[in-house]
Amino acid sequence: MTQRDPVCGMDVKSPSEFFVERNGERYDFCSDSCKTKFINEPEKYLVKPKEKQAEPKEKQAATYSITSNGKEKIDIPIVGIHCSSCIPTIESEIKKLPGIDFASINIATEKAHIEFSNSEVKTGDIISAIKKAGYQTGHATISLGIVGMHDASSISQIEEGLKRTSGVLSASVDLATGSVIIKYIPGLVDLNKIKNEIRKLGYDTFDTSGVKPDKLKDSKAGEEVDENQAAREKEYRTLMKKFIFAAVLALPVIFFSYPTVWNLPEQFQMGSETLRLIWVAMSILSLPVMFWSGSQFYTGAWAGLKNRSANMNTLVATGISAAWLYSFVATYFPGVFPSAELADQFFDVIFVVVALVILGMALEIRAKGKSSEAIKKLMGLQAKTARVLRDGNEVDIPVEEVVLDDIIIVRPGEKIPVDGMIVEGSSSIDESMITGEAIPTEKNVNDEVIGSTINKTGSFKFKATKVGKDTTLSQIIKLVEQAQSSKAPIQKIVDKVSGYFVPGVIIIAILTFVVWYVFGPSPTLVYALITFVTVLVIACPCALGIATPISLMVGVGKGAENGILIRSGDALETAQKLDTIVLDKTGTITEGKPSLTDVITANGFTEEDVLMLSASVEKSSEHPLAEAIVNGAKDRSIELKDAQNFNAVPGYGVDAEIDGRNILLGNIKMMEKFKINLGVLEEESTQLADDGKTPMFVAIDNKAAGIIAVADIVKEDSVDAIIQLKKLGLEVVMITGDNTRTANAIAKQVGVDRVLAEVLPEDKALNVQKLQNEGKIVAMVGDGINDAPALAQADIGLAIGTGTDVAIEASDITLIKGSLKGVVLAVQLSKATMKNIRQNLFGAFFYNGLGLPIAAGVFYPFFGLLLSPLLAGAAMAFSSVTVVTNANRLRNFKPKF
Amino acid sequence: MALDQIIVIIVGVGLSVLVAWYFWFSEKKGVKIQASDTGIQEAVIKVKGGYTPDVLIFKAGKPIKLNFIREETAACSEEVIFSDLGKKATLTPFKTIPVDLKIDKPGEYNFQCGMGMLHGKLIIE
Repeated sequence: MTQRDPVCGMDVKSPSEFFVERNGERYDFCSDSCKTKFINEPEKYLVKPKEKQAEPKEKQAATYSITSNGKEKIDIPIVGIHCSSCIPTIESEIKKLPGIDFASINIATEKAHIEFSNSEVKTGDIISAIKKAGYQTGHATISLGIVGMHDASSISQIEEGLKRTSGVLSASVDLATGSVIIKYIPGLVDLNKIKNEIRKLGYDTFDTSGVKPDKLKDSKAGEEVDENQAAREKEYRTLMKKFIFAAVLALPVIFFSYPTVWNLPEQFQMGSETLRLIWVAMSILSLPVMFWSGSQFYTGAWAGLKNRSANMNTLVATGISAAWLYSFVATYFPGVFPSAELADQFFDVIFVVVALVILGMALEIRAKGKSSEAIKKLMGLQAKTARVLRDGNEVDIPVEEVVLDDIIIVRPGEKIPVDGMIVEGSSSIDESMITGEAIPTEKNVNDEVIGSTINKTGSFKFKATKVGKDTTLSQIIKLVEQAQSSKAPIQKIVDKVSGYFVPGVIIIAILTFVVWYVFGPSPTLVYALITFVTVLVIACPCALGIATPISLMVGVGKGAENGILIRSGDALETAQKLDTIVLDKTGTITEGKPSLTDVITANGFTEEDVLMLSASVEKSSEHPLAEAIVNGAKDRSIELKDAQNFNAVPGYGVDAEIDGRNILLGNIKMMEKFKINLGVLEEESTQLADDGKTPMFVAIDNKAAGIIAVADIVKEDSVDAIIQLKKLGLEVVMITGDNTRTANAIAKQVGVDRVLAEVLPEDKALNVQKLQNEGKIVAMVGDGINDAPALAQADIGLAIGTGTDVAIEASDITLIKGSLKGVVLAVQLSKATMKNIRQNLFGAFFYNGLGLPIAAGVFYPFFGLLLSPLLAGAAMAFSSVTVVTNANRLRNFKPKF
Repeated sequence: MALDQIIVIIVGVGLSVLVAWYFWFSEKKGVKIQASDTGIQEAVIKVKGGYTPDVLIFKAGKPIKLNFIREETAACSEEVIFSDLGKKATLTPFKTIPVDLKIDKPGEYNFQCGMGMLHGKLIIE
């Protein structure tokens, strides 16, 4: 793969030896000197993705895109195509050239789309081919980024220099984006020539032909998911076949293995010739069971052995081999044994253990498929195509080809392909798959839309703002995958054990054999062998190994389904230990922007009048509270009028005239200045202020008319969420920069007992630390931008997202939906997941801890308790299935409100 | 104590020591990976009941590319997890699945299968 060196513009092999990682992006360089240049002044060489799309889209523009493997795609405008019959002529002429992968002409757009490898054929050749077919090509426009362009003199130098180049029609430099827009006639000059020309002038160039998503990689990832699914299915079917084979054979084997149990006639009892023949048959049948049904035990054990590592396969393979060997000797050379009773066979152990363990593995595959459903669901959300406006036409293109600033059209019922901002139209959009919010959201012009959400009612056009791996969905998938592969601290105990586990079991088995042989009851060899095999077969390292990761995977996935992104297993584990939760006020408990709350009237004025007049005045104001009043009036469908003689009195308020009436709007000082008698309104305003609202007096024609109050209102579900948090046993603290009076008012409203008011933004982290010094485990909930230091300081930082900002660095948990209920859900989910992990670990440890001694016959001298290897095999087979199934119970997790 | 019992004890204890030595105490040889001309330290790891090679030695600060080839369908080895690095890859059977890493800090970084049965180690120098 090649990448462009952002400093010199050279194509370099990626990954290269010289590279820098910046904001999660990797930049490769041709040499150390370019790398150093970049490190010193990265901004100089980087053009923001938005600016990269400064390419003007006009009808006669050729577009280039160069893929990583030297393949080039080009759209060449062709002049004068009138009939569809001319198309084959041009196409065949182009296809005669070497290195052409694809050529097709769209009569609607009058463009030839050609894909070719640039090592074999040049753009000029293609142009000549088109000319040969009797057609002219239009001029093309490209935008090239230029490095090191700083002042007006370089602008004219580049522009003049380019214009002198034959084939270039015009060149204009855009200093803001650091690029030059060139109109040229393809054929007379090509991209490389232009680049060379610029280089000759002493500047380096870089491509701005759009931020192409890494299509190659993306489509591969998509395929892999399916392929893996297919491989898993195939494995399941193979295992089931192996199981059925072993199980069917196991039935007669068990039947003839216990002649006394079934009270079989004399000729089938121990020592009879018939039974010996049956044993011979069993010994032959056992071979395909061991080496076909149970082949993975041997291949796995052998591979492990080579690597000096032991695993479940080692245990099973050793166990069944020992049983087979003994049975083989008993069948063919019974004379070897000193007493006849020793010459018994254990073929049944082989058949049953193989059948059961294989069945267990098959069931586990099924169960595990369900555990990873959440991430598969996320991947499946991605839209496949997008309807994009290109050169005035609607074209359906694969979603990977959508570039920044593309205008995309979405009709009712369709999936929104990428992230963007609505530029025309409005609709209600179902965002449940991303935010977990069930109720569709109303979206209008300038509102953000999230890729992969579903448009419900209206049609709209939006501008792509994030594409490829930058979309919210891609970020979410990345985060979830990262979290799923992280380790919960609790896993450390398991890691310590698992390294020693399997070899430990082998040693225990050997020692068990020795002890039973030396001290056991007669026939000692039989007992020694049975206990040896049982110990090997009962140990279940898989259940231990899978206990934590599988629950973590389900838990993190479940979070993502509900709009909660948990960054790591560590975060998940800490979240259930919290004592205190600190909530930022603005934007977390409240909406974060003021809105109209009260209209109080006096002296006979109506509410509508007061609101209409004050909103009409405020229409001209730029005060932040003004917008709240205007929106409040609009919400009540009040029509606004135009104000004359608008006059803002800083620190006081505003006055203006509407329909000849004089309107005053402002604080108490404003009213005093104009000597307005406020009467009871003054008291009312105190009351409003006590409630955390900002009151403004209105006077009409020098008579007090009322009060308009605005406030940053509490989010709808904040009260509920805080009650729930308290119920979870958490101490809820509110932190804010607001004055104590307002803070207390809000705190009272939502039921928060402890308030930290008048805290400067930079002191929030300090206050979190103070709480931690009280010995508490503290979570901080904030917006992730202003509160980043406090989020980082807290044991758990929860960032309340705004929809598309999912990858907030400072946070351990990101709540995509801006509701406090997400915090409740995160804590509940963390508790549920950790409980599940503990159950699994307990199960796995308990099972191994109890199963191994029983199998070794530790309890035999006291209670005569000894385990059959058949039961041990069953226990091993179903232990991991049990663990996975238990983890899958988490999928039914429902938030409790 | 009969002779056979003594033999069983000696053989049993001997075997136990052998198992302990073989799996725990014998030194595993790491494979040193040299960087290619492009500066990438590239290695192929075969996945079949284990990772071959399972101990790989790299230089710090240079890009690492591990090409996993899973030559089995047993579900056990389906995933490879680098939990210290927060990376995970699903290994499609009989396909080369690259995992790109770059580790600046020298030390030992473990990787394992999804069920913690197969282990491997990257040693960064």
